[in-house]
Amino acid sequence: MPDNAYLMAASLTMFAVTFALRSLPFAVLRPLRDSALIGYLSSHMPAGIMVILVVYTLRGVSLSEAPHGLPEILALVVTVALHLWKRNAVASIIVGTAVYVAVVNLVFV
Amino acid sequence: MFPLGAAFGLLVVQSGLDWWWALVFSVLVYAGSMEFLAVGLVVAVTPLPQLALTTFLVNFRHVFYALSFPLDRVRGRAGKTYSMYALTDEAYALTAGRPGVSLSSARVLWLQAFCQAYWVAGSVAGALLGSWLAVDLLGLAFTLTALFVVLAMDAMRVERDLPGPVLALFCALLALLVAPGQMLVTGMGLFVAALCVRFVLQKARRDANA
Repeated sequence: MPDNAYLMAASLTMFAVTFALRSLPFAVLRPLRDSALIGYLSSHMPAGIMVILVVYTLRGVSLSEAPHGLPEILALVVTVALHLWKRNAVASIIVGTAVYVAVVNLVFV
Repeated sequence: MFPLGAAFGLLVVQSGLDWWWALVFSVLVYAGSMEFLAVGLVVAVTPLPQLALTTFLVNFRHVFYALSFPLDRVRGRAGKTYSMYALTDEAYALTAGRPGVSLSSARVLWLQAFCQAYWVAGSVAGALLGSWLAVDLLGLAFTLTALFVVLAMDAMRVERDLPGPVLALFCALLALLVAPGQMLVTGMGLFVAALCVRFVLQKARRDANA
């Protein structure tokens, strides 16, 4: 388990990077506006980064061992379907998670 | 904002951290998806440089918010500083997403303060609830997966570019194969490199056609 000093240093690191990303562009707005590459990256990075994060959160799932990733697949299908249908982010996340929690605690125990 | 904050707070205590770290994260980091991700990273005692790089890649999207966020409306140095610090996806969507609406300085700041208040209150409530109930509910970490799935779908709807996300999926799987221990940074690095190559190729093709 991490100690408090590490956790504080980690929080400050994330704070510094996040604040820099949010504030520095205001100071150097013009070169950014003129850079076609930066424009391309910032419009094409978000979806891809999120896809990588999805894979990252599922990296521990084993398809060869029982339950063969079935709870994850089921919860993903529910989350995606609900989000395509209602487009309500909070509802999709909560219902998807509830399905997953229910399945791993009640079905595959 | 409140339910998601509560889910984050719950995840913090379920991961074995003290409840007040939910408060520290929500105030200091204040970037929802990064906070969720950070819980797993700090529990694994990820080295700080790697944590910084991950934060940079996950939050890079904020760079372009500066172009259309109405910071010029906010008066005063302290106000502007808070406004930049609290420039989350939600704050951006609620202000810059409505070009016809003219917002006063106070309006922008109150809007951001309310967004943060909801998030912080939610995360503390979730963390306290989690530590009082002390139930070990398996599978709550799926919130993180569901969150990123939803964010990916929303981003795809805006981008309308299928090859990009497919390229990202390929980079993620490749990273999982070649560097399972450093999957996140490797996958994101490969993806950004691939996007740069794609940009150069598309530009070359456009120049050839021109």
